[in-house]
Amino acid sequence: MDELARRMNHGIPFFKCLSRQRLGIFACIAILLSACGGVEDARRESVLNRGLGAEPESLDTHKARTNQAGDVQRDLGEGLSGYTADGQLELAAAERVEVSDDGLQYTFWLRPESKWSNGDRVTAHDFVFSFRRLVNPATAAFYAQQSLGDVVNATEIVAGKRPAEDLAVEAIDDLQLKITLNNAVPYFLALLTHPSTFPMHRPSVELYGDAHARPGNLVSNGAYKLQAWEVGSYIEIVRNEHYRNNDKTAIDRVRHHITPEDATELNRYRAGELDITFSVPSEAFQQMRKQRPHELRVSPYLAVYYYGFNLTRPPFRDNPKLRQSLSMAIDREILTEKVTARGEVPAYGWVPPGINNYEPRQFLYATLSKDERHRKARELYREAGFSEDKPFSVEIRYNTSQGHRRIALAVQSMWQEVLGVESTLINEESQVLLENIRMQDVTEVFRLSWTGDYNDAHTFLSIMESDNPSNLTGFHNDEYDGLMDKAAVQTDLRVRQVYLEEAEKLLLAQHPVIPLYFYVNKNMVRPRVRGWEDNVLNYHYSQHLSLSDTD
Amino acid sequence: MLRYALLRIFGAIPTLLLVIALAFLMVHAAPGGPFDAERVLPPEIEENIARAYHLDESLPQQFIRYLGGLVRGDFGPSYRYRDYSVSELIGNALPVSMQLGVLAMLLAIVAGVAAGLTAALSKNSFIDRLVTGIAMTGISVPVFVVAPVMVLVFAVYLQWLPASWTGGTSISRLILPVVALALPQIAYIARLTRASMIGVLSSDYVRTARSQGLRTISIIRYHALKPAMLPLLSYMGPAIAGILTGSVVVEEIFGIPGIGQFFIRGALNRDYTLVLGIVIFYATLLILLNLVVDLLYGILDPRIRGR
Repeated sequence: MDELARRMNHGIPFFKCLSRQRLGIFACIAILLSACGGVEDARRESVLNRGLGAEPESLDTHKARTNQAGDVQRDLGEGLSGYTADGQLELAAAERVEVSDDGLQYTFWLRPESKWSNGDRVTAHDFVFSFRRLVNPATAAFYAQQSLGDVVNATEIVAGKRPAEDLAVEAIDDLQLKITLNNAVPYFLALLTHPSTFPMHRPSVELYGDAHARPGNLVSNGAYKLQAWEVGSYIEIVRNEHYRNNDKTAIDRVRHHITPEDATELNRYRAGELDITFSVPSEAFQQMRKQRPHELRVSPYLAVYYYGFNLTRPPFRDNPKLRQSLSMAIDREILTEKVTARGEVPAYGWVPPGINNYEPRQFLYATLSKDERHRKARELYREAGFSEDKPFSVEIRYNTSQGHRRIALAVQSMWQEVLGVESTLINEESQVLLENIRMQDVTEVFRLSWTGDYNDAHTFLSIMESDNPSNLTGFHNDEYDGLMDKAAVQTDLRVRQVYLEEAEKLLLAQHPVIPLYFYVNKNMVRPRVRGWEDNVLNYHYSQHLSLSDTD
Repeated sequence: MLRYALLRIFGAIPTLLLVIALAFLMVHAAPGGPFDAERVLPPEIEENIARAYHLDESLPQQFIRYLGGLVRGDFGPSYRYRDYSVSELIGNALPVSMQLGVLAMLLAIVAGVAAGLTAALSKNSFIDRLVTGIAMTGISVPVFVVAPVMVLVFAVYLQWLPASWTGGTSISRLILPVVALALPQIAYIARLTRASMIGVLSSDYVRTARSQGLRTISIIRYHALKPAMLPLLSYMGPAIAGILTGSVVVEEIFGIPGIGQFFIRGALNRDYTLVLGIVIFYATLLILLNLVVDLLYGILDPRIRGR
């Protein structure tokens, strides 16, 4: 071998250094090795199987709507900002941002190393293209208003009164992007984590049109690229080699399985087919807590489960006493401990705990003992004109589901026991219920929930403003709207916090809704999955996770 | 026969049109729309979406637009799966559902006829009672009970078979769904075969054949089987319908991307075009299958052919 080493040192190519015999032997060894290597590579490729819940309606970031679509899109692309594994806001495609003193101008500097999955550079023009497409009425994007509504001219463009080119988003050069807002929005960076604000690869969108988000066509700028989408079955994504942080991505391939039924999903998890579930069915929750305590992950979530009153008609219009007495008669601890029993937090306010720059308010009666509460509730009930002889009767509407039914039954019996209220339960298919709630004709008390879109109290408080389309109770209070307006233009975070907290206090005093509990995230996570950190938004980017060899 | 078949096919067109019109009216009459959600959209965005999907037009206008598309073979875009057209969704789901349905049907016929024959030949014996008992259970226990139990036993505890479509190979993933889908049909077919075979076996010509010294196996093969199969054949139509509707449940439980699952999701999401597309597809399929059964009947029973 000395001769071989000497020859190689002289720069003679390796295969020319070998005699024919040796070449033969080497060839055999090489073939064997490559065969083994192949096996080893295949084994080493790490594959994560996640339950996704319902099917995303689209992977076009402007046409999608659900959180599930967002979960896949956050793996495929990235916006100017994003979240760390533990849910902290951070810059993503941008490396630096400057905000003007009045809070109206945002200037972003993009990372020069950012690339699309086809190797093209990500530029500020890609953001401009995407933002204009988002607000363009022809796109008919769900999130146009929510994501960019505060940008100068956006609302007029969405309404078709101005061309999309008038949007105040400007590429100063390839890497510098300037956005101008109508008013200061302290949570604007959080809004920019939403997939609807991700950049778009213009050439492929223009080439493929509506089909640009399909496997084979979609060019993305995130940690993964789209490999396959078997509608009704799974979405498969693979490592994007051009991603700026590709070195840190541990998992090569992720399958997001469509799992609309939580009981089926849990079976798949128990059969070893899933590493992470989207949810845990309530029937199996206690069993899982006992059998697999280390795999069951429960943590606070930014969402509230509530009963709304129809405030546009009697009996609840102009009747805060009746509303308050009903609210006080509900024992939320029993609901969360005995009925839902999945670690939910009893809700005595509207904004859930865990929100940045905010101290949630509570009903004044929250500090009273149970007996005092019930006494006060009966007092208010009488003042509202009802008694044992003249009981109040009411309909509770909820969308058909075992869980909602159990809660409605519990509420029904609490109202009956404490006040003597006669309530009728009506279950409706969810689209029917939503239609009825919107019509405000037949509804009295109805079940709903609200999930925060970003980590700010505004996402909860704004839906109670009188002109907000998601204000489904018909709550209208000028003072409340005034406080929200004041908060909207306030750049001092502490002053803004005071306004928002005042608003919530006022809201709770009016009792337009009965918040019952704050949701929790419930996931099963196999021990071999590393890097999972609970966070209030329940975002778990696949690029933050890794897999160990053993469970 | 050809003339008869063609007449039947042309006769089906008004039926189909009626089905389309009724289904169109019914999906649009259902409360709520495809884009309603707890997160209510700002009105201008709602308008943009309605315009993009022509939902701002009057119902007759929408119906004419839809029929126009149908004539060109276009079922329109799906409202819920916004990256796909209804034709694509049905096209992708059809082979999966077909595979499942055909296999389940085959299994049902083979196992059902075998069990029924065995029971009929040993009438009133222990085996007969066993088969009849199992068949009764099979008919009365619904698929949505049987399937999850099978998953629990074979996938979760024993781990022999995958719990879902994506969890196994192309063969292993079929076993549980096919069996679940076939079970009630096996039970039905077994009972039918048993009853009709007992009837045929006690008929005069079979008695004659016996008296001539023919062996039981020959009697069944040459004389009894064909007439005994006639009731089974008339049951094929309902059986196929049963397997189609059963597949809705089975596909849901096993996460199979077949037509049944799209049907459910489509109805719940008010995905008008998707639901209509599947209804039209199912209606056409049933009309055609009924025709095939009628034609087969003629082949098996010469008396009908003559009429």
